[in-house]
Amino acid sequence: MAERFKVIGTRPVRHDGADKVTGRAIYGGDLQLAGMVHGKIVRSPHAHARIKRIDISAAEKLSGVLAVVTAADLPDLRDKVADLGEGSVNLAHLGANVLAHQKVLYKGHAVAAVAAVNSHVAEEAAKLIRVEYEPLPAVTWVLDAMKPDAPLLHDDVYTEDMAGGRAGEGTSNVSKYLLFEEGDIEKAFASADVVVEREFKTASVHQGYIEPHVSTALWNHDGHLTIWTATQGAFTARQQTAELLQIPVSQVTVVPCEIGGGFGGKIPVYLEPVAALLSRKCRRPVKMVMTRAEVFEGTGPTPGSFVRVRLGAKKDGRMVAGQAWLAYDAGAYPGGMIGPGCMCVFSCYDLPNYKVEGYDVVLNKPKTAAYRAPGATQAAFAAEQVVDELAERLGIDPIDLRLKNAAREGTKRVGWPAYPKIGLIETLEAAQRHPHYRAPIAGPNRGRGVATGFWFNIGLKSSASASVNPDGTVTLIEGSTDIGGTRTSVAMQLAETLGIAAEDVRPQVGDTDSVGYTDVTGGSRVTFATGLAAYQVGLDIRRQMAERAATLWDCKADEVTFDGGTFRRNGESIGFKQLAAKANELGGPVVGRASVDPAGPTNGFGLSIADVEVDPDTGKTTILRYTVFQDAGKAIHPSYVEGQMQGGTVQGIGWALNEEYFYDGEGRMRNASYLDYRMPTALDLPMIDTVIIEVPNPAHPFGVRGVGETPIVAPPAAVANAIYHATGVRMCELPMSPPKVWAALSKTQR
Amino acid sequence: MAIVHIPTQLRSLTGGAEHVESPGGNLKQVIAALDSAYPGMAERLLRDGSLSPSLAVSIDGAFTNRGMLAKVGPQSEIHFLPAIGGG
Amino acid sequence: MPRKSHLQTTINGQPVEFLCENRQSLLEVLRDELRLTGTKEGCNNGNCGACTVLMNGVPVNSCLVLGVEAEGAEITTIEGIADEAHLHPIQQCFLEDAALQCGICTPGFIVTAKALLDRNPSPTEQQIRFELANNLCRCTGYDKIVRAVQHAAERLQEAAN
Repeated sequence: MAERFKVIGTRPVRHDGADKVTGRAIYGGDLQLAGMVHGKIVRSPHAHARIKRIDISAAEKLSGVLAVVTAADLPDLRDKVADLGEGSVNLAHLGANVLAHQKVLYKGHAVAAVAAVNSHVAEEAAKLIRVEYEPLPAVTWVLDAMKPDAPLLHDDVYTEDMAGGRAGEGTSNVSKYLLFEEGDIEKAFASADVVVEREFKTASVHQGYIEPHVSTALWNHDGHLTIWTATQGAFTARQQTAELLQIPVSQVTVVPCEIGGGFGGKIPVYLEPVAALLSRKCRRPVKMVMTRAEVFEGTGPTPGSFVRVRLGAKKDGRMVAGQAWLAYDAGAYPGGMIGPGCMCVFSCYDLPNYKVEGYDVVLNKPKTAAYRAPGATQAAFAAEQVVDELAERLGIDPIDLRLKNAAREGTKRVGWPAYPKIGLIETLEAAQRHPHYRAPIAGPNRGRGVATGFWFNIGLKSSASASVNPDGTVTLIEGSTDIGGTRTSVAMQLAETLGIAAEDVRPQVGDTDSVGYTDVTGGSRVTFATGLAAYQVGLDIRRQMAERAATLWDCKADEVTFDGGTFRRNGESIGFKQLAAKANELGGPVVGRASVDPAGPTNGFGLSIADVEVDPDTGKTTILRYTVFQDAGKAIHPSYVEGQMQGGTVQGIGWALNEEYFYDGEGRMRNASYLDYRMPTALDLPMIDTVIIEVPNPAHPFGVRGVGETPIVAPPAAVANAIYHATGVRMCELPMSPPKVWAALSKTQR
Repeated sequence: MAIVHIPTQLRSLTGGAEHVESPGGNLKQVIAALDSAYPGMAERLLRDGSLSPSLAVSIDGAFTNRGMLAKVGPQSEIHFLPAIGGG
Repeated sequence: MPRKSHLQTTINGQPVEFLCENRQSLLEVLRDELRLTGTKEGCNNGNCGACTVLMNGVPVNSCLVLGVEAEGAEITTIEGIADEAHLHPIQQCFLEDAALQCGICTPGFIVTAKALLDRNPSPTEQQIRFELANNLCRCTGYDKIVRAVQHAAERLQEAAN
């Protein structure tokens, strides 16, 4: 495609840049309102217990305390289900997760909350709330939770299949059993020349955003509830909060503050309804900020998992059959990521015969939440290592093996219709040509690994509106909370459509009162879907401006053409800026609007090449060199596409090498701090090189596919494959932390 | 007649058939016709008359946003899938 | 209510007086008493660096410094990095090199980087990574942050010559 864009593909400074580098940007914790008070939550010390009694009397009497709430202050939510745009939610479960009802199901489960004049008094008051528990046995490993004699978390959870049918007898910790099957795998495996089967385990990990959850609520005397919060979606936060409080959405306004990271973890509500309940009692704005320990213990890590993968191929490399068995944590309440896990495990391959089984399992850990391509990374850690082993046994280059079996347009996939035009093959070829892949890797204990990754990338709804200012600039209001710079990539698409500079669009993220309904920032959808809305806003503005030009030239609007920022008719022409200056006298102010709901998925494929060195004395793995490849469709702002690729990769590296929830014998997390939950620092990494591939998405005017999530999927497998090639030892458990690698190396030396 | 791909876990209702043809100009009609031919199908796919919240539906490769009123063409391909989101 | 102490400091070059309880950290004083909310709280126990300020020229985690320890100190926060006319070259390079995504860690990194470049105007990549290891970022993977600091060092050297 010939480069014909003026703005798209350039690298302007982001519009919110000055505020962000000077500390002026207002994040949730920076908000200060007159009369504001502070809330604190009381949390369960037990992994599993019945709540016998909650005594709030001493707390209420403490000087400086204004309100105390428990689950008794929430309405009855039994049998209520809400559709939150990304899937359905059982409101009784969401409500009980926000404030425990009858039982606590994980250490850190919220039980009560108090509002006081400052956070220190609130902490003191929280200590005075007496909760009587009857501790119960706890279970924190997914396979243990599936056993018939496992402690049962719920007396109303039954095993269901994909379509609401029963898939088991009686109550269970297994809330879902999925099965996808095509062809005849046993016959196909029997015909294979090589079959590889392995089992893998992964631990719970957290999204790790540096900003803790924070919400401020004011339930005013007029009955209106305003919430300022760190959220990935003001509209979903509004809907969840309204549903949990059983009040109409028209009574709730959610103002999204600048947000310090989300990655999926700031989609569910935790503090918003609690702050609202406290504010209803004391009629003051109530601000609640989580501590770091609360973030780890009281929000939504991604599932830990057990995955078994079997792949069979002919000696020429053609894969004939695949089988996967996946069990994923749901956390304390049903509804985890097993569906995407099942559908992603073989998503890079054309498999004529497959059988994929998946289990969603409740256990005494926090309710899982989405974490960047939720469920895909655990599946890829397994499948991509089996593919690597297959390549070795067949004597075929790992990228060649993938090319031979690569999914492409028309390939059917597990549970899904055939792929449209996708960029996996282009991505594989780019990697194979790249100097990194051909660079020698010399030295003992050094090795190279590759792995591919996939995420669906969704569409969903976005709204935007924009006003043309007399100086030819355009003020844009859109509804996608900005966690990575998307207000700029969206503004650039509007600028491109109008033929003006990116700097001449002023983007803002609106609250639920000032912009049309917009689904979450997540699912790799904003540059795609909100960008599409901005493009349509641009078309709407062009139509109206053409009418203004028609008035100026005394002709019909359809005689006016537009190209590259200039309106023309019959030899006459006028630029966007000049016409904007006259718009008011030629028919009035120009305001464009659009609301879109494009169909997903846009299908993002990526690949990692990782070079590592393993220290045999300590088991420590050092990343020597790393290159990330990804098909972005079209990179609107290449710096921010590179940033997504690098950031997701480093999260994946942390997941691979160090991060895990460490549980003791009583089911309690023991490392709920950044000291012991060890995320990568600048010193742990080299530069992360990026290669953006562009196979345009036909369903978007500029070819955009989502980019945000795919980068996290491949790294744990790529690093594991590299460790194997460095040491001869295949690590089948995450994290591949030094003690584990050292132990595995020591075993082979005996 | 649209071609409906039957998820593995619903094939017990269709006697094992993996794809079936079904008449109908929109999803509601297609599901009603499916239910006539294979009793019990509607109960599994729907909740309170709408598509079950744990399911998504793709018509000709794209997720639809029109729910039960989504148009179905004479040769459309319909898939029912677990709902997915993102993070 | 606990008695408050009266403190006198210099913050971003200006004399500042404040009252605080003994149990309040410097981070809390800056954000809640002095409304200097550019310095952020990420963990409150010295492990993420989002609260980094310069105390007598040295980067410290302000969550681990008590407000009462600031008596007589010269404190620089993110609000004091730019001057009236211009952003500091470190800030400018962060923007040009897209070294931020959500931006919550950015104030801490900029303050740490300033202390580094004030002390060592030509750091190697390893030296930069070592100095920045106390600042956690979850969004960027650090690549563009390190490059921005390298570019800022070059720009400051050019300006000095």
